[in-house]
Amino acid sequence: MSLLKILLTNYCLFDCAYCINRRSSNVERARFTVDEVVALTVNFYKRNYIEGLFLSSGIVRSPDHTMEQMTLVAKKLRREEGFAGYIHLKTIPEASPWLIEQAGLFADRLSINLELPSAESLRSLAPEKDAGTIAGAMGQMHERIAEAKEDRRRFSPAGQSTQIIVGADATTDAALLTTSAALYRDYGLRRVYYSAFSPIPAASAVLPLKPPPLQRENRLYQADWLLRFYGFTPEEVAASGEDGMLALDVDPKSAWALKNRGRFPVDVNTADREALLRVPGLGARSVDRILAARRHTRLKLADVGRLARSVKRLLPFLVAADYRPPTALADKAELRPQLAEAPAQLSLF
Amino acid sequence: MQSVRIALKNGADFEGFRRAARQSVARDLPPDRVDWSSGAEPSLFGEAVASEGIAPPLSLPRAAGELIAQVVCHRDPERFALLYRLIWRLLHGEHALLEVHSDPLVHRLETMRKSVRRDLHKMHAFLRFRETTDPDGEARFVAWFEPEHDILAATADFFVERFRSMRWSILTPGGALHWDRERLTFGPPAHKSDAPDGDAFEAAWRRYYESTFNPARANPKAMRQHMAKKYWHNLPETAAIPELLRTAPQRAREMIARGAALPVKRDPALAVAAMADQGPRTLEELNRLIAASEPLTPGADRAVLGEGPIGAEIAFVGEQPGDQEDREGRPFVGPAGRLLDGVLAEVGIDRTKVYVTNAVKHFKYEPRGERRLHKKPNPGEVKRYRWWLLKELELVRPHFVVALGGTALLSLTGKPLSVMKVRGAIQFDGVPGYATVHPSYLLRLPDEVTKREAMATFRRDLERVAAMVAAPPSRSS
Repeated sequence: MSLLKILLTNYCLFDCAYCINRRSSNVERARFTVDEVVALTVNFYKRNYIEGLFLSSGIVRSPDHTMEQMTLVAKKLRREEGFAGYIHLKTIPEASPWLIEQAGLFADRLSINLELPSAESLRSLAPEKDAGTIAGAMGQMHERIAEAKEDRRRFSPAGQSTQIIVGADATTDAALLTTSAALYRDYGLRRVYYSAFSPIPAASAVLPLKPPPLQRENRLYQADWLLRFYGFTPEEVAASGEDGMLALDVDPKSAWALKNRGRFPVDVNTADREALLRVPGLGARSVDRILAARRHTRLKLADVGRLARSVKRLLPFLVAADYRPPTALADKAELRPQLAEAPAQLSLF
Repeated sequence: MQSVRIALKNGADFEGFRRAARQSVARDLPPDRVDWSSGAEPSLFGEAVASEGIAPPLSLPRAAGELIAQVVCHRDPERFALLYRLIWRLLHGEHALLEVHSDPLVHRLETMRKSVRRDLHKMHAFLRFRETTDPDGEARFVAWFEPEHDILAATADFFVERFRSMRWSILTPGGALHWDRERLTFGPPAHKSDAPDGDAFEAAWRRYYESTFNPARANPKAMRQHMAKKYWHNLPETAAIPELLRTAPQRAREMIARGAALPVKRDPALAVAAMADQGPRTLEELNRLIAASEPLTPGADRAVLGEGPIGAEIAFVGEQPGDQEDREGRPFVGPAGRLLDGVLAEVGIDRTKVYVTNAVKHFKYEPRGERRLHKKPNPGEVKRYRWWLLKELELVRPHFVVALGGTALLSLTGKPLSVMKVRGAIQFDGVPGYATVHPSYLLRLPDEVTKREAMATFRRDLERVAAMVAAPPSRSS
C-alpha cells in the first residue's frame, strides 16, 4: 500500500541512538502544522498518489502534546475533509492512556514501536524509553481493539503492529523471533516489522557503522511467516541456523528441511496439511490447492507443477503418483547449494 | 458436423459471452463445434446464435461466475473458447472442476485471471490524476492510463468508491470513464494528448518520493518488481529513479566516510523533566480535555462534567449522566439527582460542600422514537473512563467518597463488586468512603412497600456517611 509516510516534526526530546532525529543529533529541524499535513494528504489522495497517511512524529513538548496533535490530524481528515483513505498513526506509548483511546476512533491502524527487542538494549540505546511502558500501551490497545470488535464499534479496525530495529544491538535472530511470537500471542499484533538499522547521516558513536546485510531483514520476514502461517515454533525456526542466527544462503524453511532430512520425501497424495506446509517451495496457497485437487484426482508430477510455483525446487522433497526422488535426501551433499537463491543483491560496500 | 460461428464485441464482452454461452448450451453445442471470435466484422456478428432470442440461465458454481467475469477482460483471443470449454465441462459431470487446479484448463484460466488481477491492481496503484477545470469552473481530475487487459469497466466500481466526491475522467486507448459525482458514463478511446500534461502538486510529490529514498537500502530489483518499468512513462515520480539508483552507492559511502558525528550538547535533564510533566494539572485543564474529547461510548457527544468545590467534604460518584443531565450539561439534575438532594437535606449534609460527578461522562442511550432510553455502560466502557475519574478525584481531593451503585463502585475500585454485598464503609485507594445503591434504583422499584423500605435503608446509609464525615476519619475493614 502506498502511504504518505511523514513526521509531523523531527524535533525530538528523546535521545535514541539509532535515530537521526535524536535530541543530540545536529540534523536540520522542521515541523508541519496540523493543517499542512491535512492539506497535503487530501491533495495527494485526490490525485491517487497515495492510499492514505502514515503519520509519525518526534516528541515535542511532551508525549501527550505530540499525541494530541497527531490525533488532531486524523480527526480533521475524517470530520472536516470526509477523508475515507487509510490512516496509520504511530502511537506514542509515553502518552496518557486516554489519548490512545481517541486515536483509535479515527485511525485504521495504530502501532507502537518496540524499537529494540530487550529491556537492556532499550536502556542503553533509548534511555527515555521503558519496556514496561511500551508493553503496557500494547496491552491497553489490544484490549480496546478486542472490545470494540465485540461491541461492533470502530476502533483501529486494522489492528495494531510494531517495529523492531535489527542490527543496532547484539540480539540474535532466535531472540527476535521469540519476542515476535510472544507479541503475536499476547497482544494479537497484525504484523511485526523488522527494520534493518541503516547507517544514518551523522550517526551516533555508540552504533555499528556497517548496516546488517539486506538479506537478514528478508530472512527474518520469511521466518516470521513460518511462525504465523506454517505452524513452526520459534525454536524450530531458530534451530535451522547456527548460534541463534538464521542462515543467509538459504531461506529458513529450506534450512530447516536440510537439518531434518529424515522427514522427507513427503507423499503429495497422502501427507497431511502440516507435513505439506513444511516442504520447501510449497506455499500455503499451493498446499490448499493440493488438498482440494487430490479429493478428485491422484496427483502426478505434472499436476504438482501446475499447483506450485516451481516443481524443480520440490523434486528432492516430494513423492507423486509417478515420481520418487532418485537418491535418499540424507545422502545428497549438493542439496544446499541447489536450494540457495542466486545472490540477488550485490553489496553496495 | 458444421461448426457454429459466434462473434462478440471487442474487449471484455461479458454480456455478449453470457448470452451466447446460454444459447450454445441450450442448443447442446459441444465446445468443438463453436468457433468464438471477437471484434469481428459486423457481417459475421451473431450469424448463428445471437439472433435466436434468450436462452435460460446456466446453473454454475458461484466461483465460475467470478472466474468468467475476470477472464473475459484478458486480451488472449482464445479466452471465450476456453471459458466455454470450462462451462461445458462443469455442466457435463465435472461440477467440482474448479477445485482441481492441476487440470490444464483450470490452470490456464487461473493464470489468465491472475494476470487480469495484477493489471487491476496496478491500475489502482499507478493511475495518477491531474487537475483541470470544467467549463462551469469546477475542478475535474483526469488520468491517462494504459492497461494491459480490457479492465476499464471492471475497474469502475473501485474508482467510483474511492473518488465519489470528485469529478473525474479516466482515459485509456480502449475507452474512457467519466464520473460527475452521480453518474458514470463511458466514452470512446482516447489519446494521451487528451489528458492534461501536468499538475501543480506533482513537484511536491516528486520531492517527497525522492526524499524517502534511502541510498543505503536501495534495492533496484525489489523496486522494479513493485513498479514495472512499463508504467514509468506515465508516472510523475519515476523520472528521478535512474539518477537515485546511480548515485546511491556513492551517497551511502559518503555517509559512512563521514563517520560518527559529534553530538550536539543539549541538557537531557530538562527534556526529561518536560516530558514527565504532562497531563492536566488543574481541574479546569482536565475538564477542558474531557469536554474536547470524543465520547468513549456510543451515545451523546456532550461530556457532563463534575460539579462542586475543590477539597469537598464528600464526593458522590454516580453512573453516567441521564437524559436531563445531558440536555442541561450538569450532573444530578434529573429525578435521581432531586431524590439525592432531598435525602441529603434530611440527613443534614450541606449540598454546597458536596462534589458530584459520574463514572462515565457521556450519556449512553438507545433511541426509541422521540425518547432516549438509558443504557448501562459496559465494564469495558467504565474502564475507559476510569483514568479521567481517578484524575478528577486526585485534583478535587475530597475527604470522603461515596460510590452510588455498581458502576461507580467498579470504576473506583477497578473490581466488579456487588453493591449489595459490600454496602457500607469502604476504602478507595486510601480515601475513606462508602458504597450504596444509586438513587435511580430506588425510583425504579415497582412496588410501594419495597420502595419505602429501600428508601429508609438509603437514608440510613447517608446518615452514617454524615456521621463518618463529622467524626475524625476512622479505619474500617
